[in-house]
Amino acid sequence: MSTPAHPPVPEGGFDFFVVDTDHQDHADHDTTGHETGTVLGFWIYLMSDCLIFGILFAVYAVLGQNYAAGPSPADLFEIEKILLATAFLLFSSITYGFAVINMGQKNQTGMMLWLAITGLFGMGFLVMEVLEFEHLWHLGAGPGASAFLSSFWFLVGTHGLHVATGMIWLIVLMIQIQKHGLTPENTRRVLCLSMFWHFLDLIWIGVFSFVYLTGVLL
Amino acid sequence: MTKTRLLIIASALTLLSGCNLVVLNPSGDVAAQQGDLIIYATVLMLIVILPVLAMTVFFAFKYRSDANARYEPDWDHSVSLEIVIWAVPLAIIICLAGLTWVATHRLDPYADLPRISEDKPIDPNVTPLQVQVVAMDWKWLFIYPEYGVASVNEMATIVDRPVEFKLTSTTVMNAFYIPDMVGMIYAMAGMETELNGVLNAEGTYEGFASHYNGDGFSKMRFDVQAVDQEGFDAWIAQAEATSQMLDREAFVELDAPSAGVPVAYYGAVEDDMWERIVNMCVGEDELCLHDMMMVDALGGGGLDGLYNRELYRGLCTADDPEALFAILRPDLTDRMTEIEAALALLPPQPDALSAAPSVQARGNE
Amino acid sequence: MATETASSAHTFADANNAVHWFWGKLGWDIFPFYDPLILGTFIVTVLLAISVAGLVLYKGWLPYLWNEWLTSVDHKKIGIMYMILATVMLIRGFADAVLMRIHQALASAGILEFLPGYHYDQVFTAHGVIMIFFVAMPFITGFMNYIMPLQIGARDVAFPFLNNFSFWLTLSGVVLIMLSLFVGEFAATGWLAFPPLSGLEFSPGVGVDYYLWSLNIAGIGTTLSGINLIVTIVKMRAPGMTWMKLPIFTWSTLVTNILIVASFPVLTATLALLTADRYLGTHFFTNDMGGNPMMYINLIWIWGHPEVYILILPIFGIFSEIVPTFTQKRLFGYTSMVYALCVIMILSYLVWLHHFFTMGAGADVNSFFGITTMIISIPTGAKLFNWLFTMYKGRIRFELPMMWTLAFMVTFTIGGMTGVLLAVPPADYVLHNSLFLVAHFHNVIIGGVVFGVFAGITYWWPKAFGFHLDKFWGKVSLFGWVVGFYVAFMPLYILGLMGVTRRLSTFEDTFYAVYFVAAAIGVFLIAVGVIAFVIQIVVSIKNRDALACDGDPWNGRTLEWATTSPPPYYNFAFSPRVYALDAWHHMKEHGATAPKDGFVPIHMPKSTATGIVLAGMMTVMGFALVWHIWWLAAAGFIGSLAYGIFHTFNYDRDYHVPADEVRMIETGQSQPAE
Repeated sequence: MSTPAHPPVPEGGFDFFVVDTDHQDHADHDTTGHETGTVLGFWIYLMSDCLIFGILFAVYAVLGQNYAAGPSPADLFEIEKILLATAFLLFSSITYGFAVINMGQKNQTGMMLWLAITGLFGMGFLVMEVLEFEHLWHLGAGPGASAFLSSFWFLVGTHGLHVATGMIWLIVLMIQIQKHGLTPENTRRVLCLSMFWHFLDLIWIGVFSFVYLTGVLL
Repeated sequence: MTKTRLLIIASALTLLSGCNLVVLNPSGDVAAQQGDLIIYATVLMLIVILPVLAMTVFFAFKYRSDANARYEPDWDHSVSLEIVIWAVPLAIIICLAGLTWVATHRLDPYADLPRISEDKPIDPNVTPLQVQVVAMDWKWLFIYPEYGVASVNEMATIVDRPVEFKLTSTTVMNAFYIPDMVGMIYAMAGMETELNGVLNAEGTYEGFASHYNGDGFSKMRFDVQAVDQEGFDAWIAQAEATSQMLDREAFVELDAPSAGVPVAYYGAVEDDMWERIVNMCVGEDELCLHDMMMVDALGGGGLDGLYNRELYRGLCTADDPEALFAILRPDLTDRMTEIEAALALLPPQPDALSAAPSVQARGNE
Repeated sequence: MATETASSAHTFADANNAVHWFWGKLGWDIFPFYDPLILGTFIVTVLLAISVAGLVLYKGWLPYLWNEWLTSVDHKKIGIMYMILATVMLIRGFADAVLMRIHQALASAGILEFLPGYHYDQVFTAHGVIMIFFVAMPFITGFMNYIMPLQIGARDVAFPFLNNFSFWLTLSGVVLIMLSLFVGEFAATGWLAFPPLSGLEFSPGVGVDYYLWSLNIAGIGTTLSGINLIVTIVKMRAPGMTWMKLPIFTWSTLVTNILIVASFPVLTATLALLTADRYLGTHFFTNDMGGNPMMYINLIWIWGHPEVYILILPIFGIFSEIVPTFTQKRLFGYTSMVYALCVIMILSYLVWLHHFFTMGAGADVNSFFGITTMIISIPTGAKLFNWLFTMYKGRIRFELPMMWTLAFMVTFTIGGMTGVLLAVPPADYVLHNSLFLVAHFHNVIIGGVVFGVFAGITYWWPKAFGFHLDKFWGKVSLFGWVVGFYVAFMPLYILGLMGVTRRLSTFEDTFYAVYFVAAAIGVFLIAVGVIAFVIQIVVSIKNRDALACDGDPWNGRTLEWATTSPPPYYNFAFSPRVYALDAWHHMKEHGATAPKDGFVPIHMPKSTATGIVLAGMMTVMGFALVWHIWWLAAAGFIGSLAYGIFHTFNYDRDYHVPADEVRMIETGQSQPAE
């Protein structure tokens, strides 16, 4: 990463491009294009993922009341457990924030500790979600029972799969940091995962309020 | 005046192709207006299209490299010219948009016809002929509710009498299209769409499925007999004379996939047949869609509904669905009281709890 | 009641068949023994594949292919691979077109029904899917990949490995769709697979599953490539290249990729929902249990309409490069061109409903979407005028790219007009789903995208390979395509006005035969164009010494012409500093020449096999899912996950080209490694 993506034009070669005395308007190019490029790229990826969730929310909005004469959210959701799961995920976001702060202070041990706690919270969330799905399955309220349940399972399940992916990533990243330390590459990965993790948190807030809260209250 | 000119253009096109361009020259008033619209829009667009085509050829010729025409390699901007190239298309699109808005509202397939033909106003005493159309794999079923007869792959109308089609499907998405009469509209399962049209000349016209729907698609065609009142009465009488009755059993039998089905008639139609078809409950064990939607609107069928949907049969058509539902789902009653109490604290909202009217609307979507 | 059963002639992939734990739904009956046409094609293809593979192995080309191409992360090589892929698939998709035209000509004349119904239905579905996803998309992605980094003076794209991976994902989709030709069947649902027809109830076979997995895998590749190219443009422009100095093709690339990133996720989500309906028994798009098929139609067109502009906008960019070059004049109205692109980008999201005016929406909704559709024609028209006024007071050289451009301007204008016609809802009521519609979108896709692709190929070929394409065969190809297009599709316009609907395989009378026969003649003229194109390439390669050219054969205006032809793998020894739009033209005006000394080491990414391995495993997974071979699907999934993780443990992904090597290449003492 030491060589910039665009090396400065060496002496003697400059005249190739200096053809005009008008220097005012050159775009000042960052010399670490690759590093910031990754963050931008990952951000755009998150936006595209957000669009997928947007579609799933829209589908839920259309189908969410089509119970096919079957159970409605009020019959199925155990809001206390969901609240617990929500708390797990929200706390995991905060602890990830602490990990990033520690990274800024070059405190690798502290960071690893906070990452591990994040992982535990994430795991707690996943376990709660699996338990909820198992509960629904045993009631017979699987994804095929009605359009409402299809859109519910798919929306919540897609979020859950993302969290699971995030968990795998977290574990892999911790191994990599253990192995190579806080190299610029690893730092970048920690930041990307951070965006991913907070993004999932944000989506979950949407799921919680739009699916669970409105489902139980209305 | 314009009409004549249009006719000249249309006939020129017809001569050019040596055939009947039915879309531009149909036998029904609605289709005729739709066809005319194509010509109006085309003429409007040609105002800008023709100069573009001419300029392309002219510029390409005039400024070819060996012509030594005027050459200005740095000329790349002209405010006035750019205003023109944005404004002229804009002006045309504004005209076209106005035309579109008016024509789309005037030719709304759901609206009753405002006239029978250019020179014939609507007769307020004549109601449109009701035809219920069912798209099946891969044939068309027509039910005449006023006459209690039905036919397969053939229908009849009376010349100059508006027809109001109600469309549905027992299978995949379909489109119902009689080019001579009126443009197409989709027929979809569990839903009822509508189409209004009229035929102004006697004859036998073609109708078909115009939305690909699987294997038998190409053979899903039917004839439309446009006849006078006597002819129509004779056609109805012929159908009535058929001993076969369209009951639920006959319907299920007909509904099995088949293509190239010959014309057939049913002398009688079981009551509520159309409601059952639209609500997808012709067979014995299905819960009717409107019942299901009523349950959903009242808060869902609960866990019982997973295994015993049939519990709610007839809910929608009951005198007081809410009361019946309260009996069927006592567990919800407590909650309902709770919610009602909560809602009572809010400023008054008419019909906050009775979702029934909106269900009706959805059923007819 | 005498009825004729029209169900499929074969039922091998019936959902009711027992699923074997090891073989899934696979059985001996998957091979197309029932259809001599497919079987013949199958045998020929297999023999061809074996002989090509044999030749490669025998000649010892495999290491070269593997090291220099398949694992390459060089955007130029990936671009060329996209172009080759698209060309091969063009031939496949075109073969489908020929079959359809022959079938309809013979069937309408009452002579014979050449293809059995179930086969015909698969052919038109495959034709649409292949032409859009695996011909038009790879062509434009190829152009964007090859040209854009050169135009902005970059070394490569932002994420070179991701670029390679995207390509292999696209190829994975292609492999699945090609397999469906021989192993089992393809969807018989139309190219957008509308449910309920594409649901399990009405399409129990594996055809739709092939469709879904093929497009899902390829679609992810397209999204990733879109992200990559956006970041490249935002972050890696040459110093001094401000937004309003961006070459117009790069602008169109940017806008296109924003469209890709903002629309392909919709496709992915929609197809995933349909996949869930078929695999998990959900009820998103079913008729019963609260499902809503209309939602699929809305969702797929929310992707589908921007997709149309994803195809045409880069093509507009190509023409906007060609016209100034060959009129030897600055592009007229650069600023309004850029704004037109952006306006089209935004408007393309506001028109999707015009694909189904006939679904029964109210007059207000229909007119709204009709009018927004018409509004798009304003910026599009402005672009046409801008090209026209670029020609005005120019000095036009009639080279092949310019000829294609003129053919485009005339043809596309006509297609645009019929498009606006279809945007008038009441007119659409009578023209929807008719052959008029088919003629319209071929008019804009052939007249726009295909002509643009050929213009682009003839324009940039000398850049990519260092020699021109043969002009004579190019003209033959142009002639075949242009004349063939009009002969093939004008009759379809007429048939549409005669009320003939699309996708018919049988006809009741011979009334329409003359038009279908004319259309079939047209398709053979296009075949001349296709064959001439292949001959053109072969002849040009043979005569490459006579056709050789330098780095700037057309007297170009943008930076890609500032380097050699073909460019060295690092593109530019020095980062160009940009002072003006048409940067290279500006430099030439001021007599700037490249320095021949003072080279510095160049930082480059290393090749990697990860892309091809991952995509290979995902192909296996897709195939296994199609055939319900669950253990293999799991193996493919876990394998690709594990390999992907393994890849992240490799931190050694780049190297520096020594300054000496750069000097050798730049001073012509050594040829850049091919």
